Amino acid sequence: MADQTIQPPRESFNLSMLLYDQRYRGLTIQVVVLILVLSGFFWLANNAATNLAAIGKPIRFDFMDDTAGYDISQHLIEYNSTDSHGRATLVGLMNTLLVAFMGCVTATIIGVVGGVLRLSNNWLVSRLMTLYVEIFRNVPVLLWILVCMFTFTALAPQPREFRGENPEATMKMWDSVAVTNRGIYLPEPLFSRPLGDIDIGVFKISIELLVLLGLLAGGILFARWNAARANKIQAETGERPTTIWMAVAAIVIPPIVVLIALGFHVGKPELTGFNFQGGINMSAPLIALWLGLSLYTGTYIVEAVRSGIESVNKGQAEAASALGIRPGRTMKLVVLPQALRVILPQLTSQYLNLTKNSSLAIAIGYMDLVATLGGITLNQTGREMETILMTMGIYLTISLLISFSMTRFENRVKLVER
Amino acid sequence: MKTSIFISALAAAVALGGLASAQTLDDVKARGKINCGVTEGTLGFSARDGEGKHQGFDVDFCRALGAAIFGDSEAVEYIELSSKNRFTALSAGQVDLLYRTTTWTFSRDVDLKTSFVGVNYYDGQGFLVPTGLGVSSAKELDGATVCIETGTTTELNLADFFRVNGMSYTPLPVGGTTEAKALFEEGACDVYTTDASALAGVRASLKDPAAFQILPEIVSKEPLGPTVRHGDDQWGDVVRWTQNALVAAEELGVTSANVAELANGTDNPEINRMLGSEGALGAMLNLDADWAARAIAATGNYGEIFERNIGENTPIGLARGLNAQWTQGGLQYSPPFR
Repeated sequence: MADQTIQPPRESFNLSMLLYDQRYRGLTIQVVVLILVLSGFFWLANNAATNLAAIGKPIRFDFMDDTAGYDISQHLIEYNSTDSHGRATLVGLMNTLLVAFMGCVTATIIGVVGGVLRLSNNWLVSRLMTLYVEIFRNVPVLLWILVCMFTFTALAPQPREFRGENPEATMKMWDSVAVTNRGIYLPEPLFSRPLGDIDIGVFKISIELLVLLGLLAGGILFARWNAARANKIQAETGERPTTIWMAVAAIVIPPIVVLIALGFHVGKPELTGFNFQGGINMSAPLIALWLGLSLYTGTYIVEAVRSGIESVNKGQAEAASALGIRPGRTMKLVVLPQALRVILPQLTSQYLNLTKNSSLAIAIGYMDLVATLGGITLNQTGREMETILMTMGIYLTISLLISFSMTRFENRVKLVER
Repeated sequence: MKTSIFISALAAAVALGGLASAQTLDDVKARGKINCGVTEGTLGFSARDGEGKHQGFDVDFCRALGAAIFGDSEAVEYIELSSKNRFTALSAGQVDLLYRTTTWTFSRDVDLKTSFVGVNYYDGQGFLVPTGLGVSSAKELDGATVCIETGTTTELNLADFFRVNGMSYTPLPVGGTTEAKALFEEGACDVYTTDASALAGVRASLKDPAAFQILPEIVSKEPLGPTVRHGDDQWGDVVRWTQNALVAAEELGVTSANVAELANGTDNPEINRMLGSEGALGAMLNLDADWAARAIAATGNYGEIFERNIGENTPIGLARGLNAQWTQGGLQYSPPFR
């Protein structure tokens, strides 16, 4: 018998197949839509550029090199009013990142603790957490930031109250911390024999910090190597050598030696003139913004954590309990790791929210990205389109970076099925 | 979401381009009212009164313009703008002009594509401090925390002043006047700085004005005046000469009380030309012959506007100073009506 397989007719490709052949039609439609969307965007962008040029404001970015001319009180890198708008933008960006980072850390702590407490069997504790969540979540965050700012400035003493024979206010912690309504002044680490800074163009890195971090990392590496060695000895002989003392010594002693060698001492803030000088200053706007954002976003994380915990099958906790694991450890070792899978995606969006909400800073005088680039720079140069596009671009980049790193973390804790 | 924001920003720019080039005077006449950009609330210059109506020095100039064009000083829509969005609103065509305590500077006039067509108030930046601070000069402010209403030339003058005098300071730039004032009252800053005229208003609105003083130093020149879009000279002329008419009226002794009588003709040819009984100045502006007479009748001359809103008998209590007529040693001077 001849072979029964039917050979499909070998057709040569022709253009009408793009429309009538099911194999190609989908592709054709997608390409056409893509071209339409892209040309739509191009038309909008081109139209905007042409019209801006027509009123004498073509899109240009060279104003970023002009002198900014304004001061920023909180600058993590060196800055003064003769620097460029570009550098002012960088200062604002770092202020945004600082408050976003501080806020995310604090909100997470509030959220995890609060989420666990919200499920507490203790009636009072769980109701208090419910109260906290409902109050903070249901009032706009801008109001909370303003409340924090005005409460702080109203309650904390003014710098001039520290003056005189019998001052109305005194410094705390052995005269090293000053709490004023301008901000909190903390003691700063100083070196009498400093090593200097490395100038990497945009900003300077202190060598002392690098050396200390290096020593710390080295100590931790040594401790881990030491623990691995102890594991090996334990496996061979059944007896585990004590590692704790060597680990502590490796981590603690080298930095202390270096600190002494560099002449480490603490610089205390002092009241001179109108304000305290010296020390590390956490300004009132920073504190208010940080508190407001953390307390507000914390409520959402509380809910995320609660829903995460509730999503873990009750049997898991019961099984752990049956094996004799105590409730605290059950939560830590059994429930939370599984809840993490549910919590993380919500956590990511809360981190994004917090970062974006930090742009409310201008209401209380915190100089973030929106206040510098999207605020004073915009107003002084009159380049609305450019500055707003740049501000949007920067926020987009920050958000995408947060999303990207959180997604990687999510993948690591994902349920791996065998 | 990301794309939709992008699209709306672009769409805004498209609209911005589309509206700006038209002939403003024709637009205004067709619309039947003027869109006048004013401050969000500076006592004396533009603020809402108890009935929610806008009152103030800047507002009166807008009203005069309404009277000049339409014969109706109420044919004005007041649009409150922050210092940050005022130029955007102007170039996008949301307002026809700004009477918004806006300082005439080189870069705003040249680079921002706006045109300043006059100065209705010669101002300068000053400092407000609590009397308890024990400071009598701005030169003693080294190390002070300074509250600023952000988005103004104020920040730049402040930076310059402290730099030139080798002093340090902590700026606390706050988004709105209300917030800045509240923080100043609570002592979050030692000094409040803005234009001296607005400072008088701020001081008058504090709970205990007597506990605060304005320091003698004026650290900058702040000529405040009406702003229009660059390139529309016809509209610019209308705004410029309406204001000039109010200034000239004071110099020539024309007031809201006697303008109706003088408009019938006097033996002073300049008054006659201005009020329309001689020549055809109004027609040159594409306005009625009695445009200036209507403006003066609606608001009074420059001096009347000043005394009614910010003069020494008001809570603001500003002296004429630089804003006196040139014949009185001030800077207010109108080119001739000829």
